[in-house]
Amino acid sequence: MSSFSLVMHDAEFERIGSALTELCTSSRAFAVFLVDKNGQLIGTAGESARIDGTGLASLAAGTVAATGGMAGLIGEDEFSVLSHEGKRKSIHITIVDSRVILVIIFDDRSSLGLVRLRARQASGKLARVFRELDLKVEESANEDQMNEAFFSEITDEDIDRLFG
Amino acid sequence: MSFINFTTREISCKIVYYGPGLSGKTTNLHWIYNHTESDRKGKLISLATETERTLFFDFLPLALGKIEGFGVRFHLYTVPGQVFYAASRKLILKGVDGIVFTADSQIERMEANMESMDDLRQNLEEHGYDIRNIPLTIQYNKRDLPNVAPLEEMNRHLNPMNGEWFEAVAFYGTGVYETLKDVAKKVLKDLRKAR
Ligand SMILES: Nc1nc2c(ncn2[C@@H]2O[C@H](COP(=O)(O)OP(=O)(O)OP(=O)(O)O)[C@@H](O)[C@H]2O)c(=O)[nH]1
Ligand SMILES: [Mg+2]
Repeated sequence: MSSFSLVMHDAEFERIGSALTELCTSSRAFAVFLVDKNGQLIGTAGESARIDGTGLASLAAGTVAATGGMAGLIGEDEFSVLSHEGKRKSIHITIVDSRVILVIIFDDRSSLGLVRLRARQASGKLARVFRELDLKVEESANEDQMNEAFFSEITDEDIDRLFG
Repeated sequence: MSFINFTTREISCKIVYYGPGLSGKTTNLHWIYNHTESDRKGKLISLATETERTLFFDFLPLALGKIEGFGVRFHLYTVPGQVFYAASRKLILKGVDGIVFTADSQIERMEANMESMDDLRQNLEEHGYDIRNIPLTIQYNKRDLPNVAPLEEMNRHLNPMNGEWFEAVAFYGTGVYETLKDVAKKVLKDLRKAR
């Protein structure tokens, strides 16, 4: 099952991180989160530490899954942009390349128009990183030595110890 | 689909509690939440109706500790057990690494348990998983009640593959941690095997 783990190394992590930081600055957002469709948090930028990112990630993935279900009912593939407007802060969600979810949180220092524009631009860039990530996973599927060494070294005792 | 991040040195895995309506899935998560030290857990999120029935999911992130320098995180989800929430159940199974099947031991819920197990098998298939290969732990809950089915009968109906099972009384916490520990171990072993 877990043969489809999403594996991320330093190089990709840095590229994603810098794309998110750039997006956060150029859109004048409060914080930016990148989440995979299963609800795992991949990266953040801005004042992300002031928000429960793990919770946000699972809810964003849930929202995307639920609206995707609705899209299916009316013959659409997905709704690639979702927008939630609050009194002080708003959330703008973009599905990047049908696989990852870009969540931008902004307040009145920015505007929906600006956020939408920057999100669209950043999506293209992030989609490229993820396509390359896919390629890399395929190329190195059997020889990712770092993975290999790590996982074969997990012992039953290690696992037992986790549970004290 | 587990997520392995070599930069932050973290592994996250997704565990889903499945089973018929009112079998005690949410109760399992509440007990775990209430008995885990605060530095090892995140917020418990419950998307529930006004009568506390799960509407979409419950979510509890746990950070259990480290293996080989990697932080190991488990994201626990429950599905809504009521039959008509079929679409939501299927969505939540996406990317699952391990399953706890929480059955309601009361005799009159046997059919609902079996129906839910069938629903699980089918939903897994639609996501490309085979129920025989995915880490699965079965929990027979509500053993405190007088009208429970004998364990042999529960096993015969719900556990034909003779997998690991635990008796539980989720609101007292009996069997709750044992169940979680078992499925978490299976998930980690599976991760090792997959390499
Ligand atoms: N007697 C008894 N009652 C239990 C036990 N575990 C849970 N309950 C009760 O059963 C009821 C339903 O529990 P939940 O945890 O909400 O059930 P659920 O499986 O999440 O239900 P859905 O969200 O509808 O799918 C609650 O009133 C619990 O207190 C148990 O071990 N014994
Ligand atoms: Mg529930």
